[in-house]
Amino acid sequence: MRGKHIKTVMVGGIFLCATPIMAAEGKLLATAGLSQLEGSGGGGLVPWATLAGYDSRDETAASLFITDVNVTDYRLTSMGVATSLYDRVELSYTQQTFVLPASLVTGLSLDSEEIKQDVIGVKVRLYGDAVYSLYPQVSVGLQHKQLDNDFVASYLGAKDDSGTDFYVAATKVHLGAVAGYNLVWNLTARATKANEMGLLGYGGPDNSGYQVMMEGSIGLLLSPNWVVGMEYRQKPSNLSSVEEDDWKDVFVSYMPNKNVNFTAAYADLGTVATQKNQKGVYLSMTGYLW
Amino acid sequence: MVNHLKTALLMMSVLLVACATPTKTPISLYDEIGGQPTIEAITDNFIDEISFNKDIYRYFEKTNITRFREKFIEHLCVDTGGPCTYTGDTMLKVHQGQKITETDFNLTVDLLVNAMKKAGLTYAQQNRVLKVLAPMRGEMLYK
Repeated sequence: MRGKHIKTVMVGGIFLCATPIMAAEGKLLATAGLSQLEGSGGGGLVPWATLAGYDSRDETAASLFITDVNVTDYRLTSMGVATSLYDRVELSYTQQTFVLPASLVTGLSLDSEEIKQDVIGVKVRLYGDAVYSLYPQVSVGLQHKQLDNDFVASYLGAKDDSGTDFYVAATKVHLGAVAGYNLVWNLTARATKANEMGLLGYGGPDNSGYQVMMEGSIGLLLSPNWVVGMEYRQKPSNLSSVEEDDWKDVFVSYMPNKNVNFTAAYADLGTVATQKNQKGVYLSMTGYLW
Repeated sequence: MVNHLKTALLMMSVLLVACATPTKTPISLYDEIGGQPTIEAITDNFIDEISFNKDIYRYFEKTNITRFREKFIEHLCVDTGGPCTYTGDTMLKVHQGQKITETDFNLTVDLLVNAMKKAGLTYAQQNRVLKVLAPMRGEMLYK
């Protein structure tokens, strides 16, 4: 089933490449950013203040994305759609599929090797333009998440199978800042109860209230089409039974035009649900429908 | 042995020359990109880009292109630190009443980037020109 979804999105993506005239083109290339793991416009791990589309304030935009993170013992696939309205409001829906290693599946006698989670996102731009305004572009957003099955989460001691993250993000592009190359940075503060992004539930014996986590990204545009950078995402540790680490990655993105972008990253997720040293490859593609 | 000594001396002199370079006064962006001929080439390419783009050309239908060319060259020369004086109207006055949308503004930036690329500017030089022009956006948009 999952394979079929992936194929559909891939075919959709190829179709997009072939039909460039449909896209909203009101923003400068690369300023739509990438698709974040939970479906918001951003970097890869971190939601940014920029919205998920090339819409200017007179246009709308829609996009779909697929991201696959393959680390030592786990695999996470994220697929979603996002729409951005008049460079003001972004709405997104994403389904995440987290695949557990066989050892955990048999160890816990689980019915399924997968944990699925739905994420609905809303983001509103409050101020500015990442490229042109004197101060950074600032947006606020929320991500409401719901697990399809809470067996693993409750087994580990999580309090809830759903939760809502709230964040404020600031993004700025500095033209010609580093030897003439454009520098982009983003800083996000997120109030969350989520364990491993919510895949292991919300809250736990160590803490069941909201905590504010800092997330950051920095990138350098090597050309109009290539960006390299790194990201960091601080995470809470609510479950005494399983240790949780901050996430980081280094990435390279290719944006040949305003219809599609591709990102490859090397991610270090630390310890995830008892398995140490979870490192691996992150691949992502966004296609812009219009 | 003598060869080694020669090589070492040669290396040393190269290094000394390299040390001496940064102490020169930094050249302006205007000089770096090639001075007046490059500024004129960018302007001519830009006019060319505009004339082939129907979305943007409509803003220029009543424009005196000779005057536009002259004032644009002056402006770009001053912006990049060249030895010129701008004798045209303010950016606000020039763009007022045109109701330039954000979409068209960004499209025009793309055209200017094409014009700079054709004039031989590197990506880094293009970014530095955009950096000096960027603060003027407020006087151009939706006026």
